[in-house]
Amino acid sequence: MFETSLTWNDILFLLQGAGTTLTITFWAVLGGTILGMLFGLIRATSPWWVNAPIGFVLDILRSVPLLIQFVLANSFKSILKLQVSAFTVGCVVLALYTAAYCAEIVRGGILAVPPTTRRAARSLGMTYTQDLTNIVFPMALRVALPSWIGLTLGVMKDTALVLWIGIVELLRASQVIVTRIQEPLFVLSIAGLIYFLMSFPIARLGAQLEKRWREND
Amino acid sequence: MIELKDVRKSFGSLEVLKGVSLTVQKGEVLSVIGGSGSGKSTMLMCINGLEPIQGGQILVDGTDVHARSTDLNKLRQKIGIVFQQWNAFPHLTVLDNVMLAPRKVLGKSKKEAEEIAVKQLTHVGLGEKLKVYPSKLSGGQQQRMAIARALAMSPDYMLFDEVTSALDPQLVGEVLDTLKMLSEEGMTMILVTHEIRFARDVSDRVAFFHKGLIHEIGAPDQVIGNPQRPETIDFLKSVL
Repeated sequence: MFETSLTWNDILFLLQGAGTTLTITFWAVLGGTILGMLFGLIRATSPWWVNAPIGFVLDILRSVPLLIQFVLANSFKSILKLQVSAFTVGCVVLALYTAAYCAEIVRGGILAVPPTTRRAARSLGMTYTQDLTNIVFPMALRVALPSWIGLTLGVMKDTALVLWIGIVELLRASQVIVTRIQEPLFVLSIAGLIYFLMSFPIARLGAQLEKRWREND
Repeated sequence: MIELKDVRKSFGSLEVLKGVSLTVQKGEVLSVIGGSGSGKSTMLMCINGLEPIQGGQILVDGTDVHARSTDLNKLRQKIGIVFQQWNAFPHLTVLDNVMLAPRKVLGKSKKEAEEIAVKQLTHVGLGEKLKVYPSKLSGGQQQRMAIARALAMSPDYMLFDEVTSALDPQLVGEVLDTLKMLSEEGMTMILVTHEIRFARDVSDRVAFFHKGLIHEIGAPDQVIGNPQRPETIDFLKSVL
């Protein structure tokens, strides 16, 4: 019959939504970080005529609200009759959005490495690439990590917006349940708790790494 | 042998080296003195190709440093340089700082590189600090680490760019002692320095730089003890 209180099935439904949230976050952050490192490296080391066009595209991705990007991308998909799921569209759009922010974080980290330190590395006979991999990247990582953790947590919450293109993730799942049992505060509190439980370990991990590195600085 | 022939170097419209010629023989210690902005440090950067030159020629063991065909990464392996700011690699321990280049550039095994690094660090008096991160060292210790890092490549030449200028006065001595030790071991060195007494003490020759030119060069007792040019006399008066 019609159940009007929270059942185990509802909890399961919420957890499935949380699983979707985590999966989208994973792909978006993975893709966004790889692309972001690439773009950030290009932005930090290239002449302006390479830098400017890339910077312009990344600026667009950062300036247009994510919700609009989701809806537009999903519509283009339908217009072009592409055989991809809304889930894929969500992951790709969010990955590009993440990449745009990540590129700036990476660029800032690379530029924070003192030129004199790089010069010292080159003076030892290291090649440009050896300097990048052994000196610049590890030093930049320490600068960039706190911002990158912040970005990841932000992206996890931004995944909620994919409900607009018909994906049932954690927030959409809780809305469905709210519609039935009419207990919005209660259900949203549970959803909020689940978001927190997913974010907290990532934040802690970042804090741990930072602490370990700070001891050496 | 390091040979500079009429070397000219500009930053934009500012000419820093206006035709510098000099020769440093194997085993020789040359000190370079002179006021700030006289081009002393820039000359060191040009010798190992960290800065391009606009005219003249620099030869290291007969190899033209700035020729297109020269493999700078290869050449730099035999020219060690230590900077005013010691430029430690902050994410690596003292031992790893020194091991890095022998491993990556010379392709030594981890064991070999570690042996070299321990030997050089012990040599400069940091044998107790191997596992420590540079941030835990004093300026003088970091500078000695930078010297060990350059020595670990077993260079034929060592260039020192005002290596004591950024140090607290009480830390200068330990670094100068290290330099003295190297000179006594027969290392070929070019020493850009403001420590005039030290330069007089350890050098075979001293060069006085002023506005991008060598005004005097010769034995320490001659250039520092009995300077001839008015610029040299003025400079020495101002620093001694």
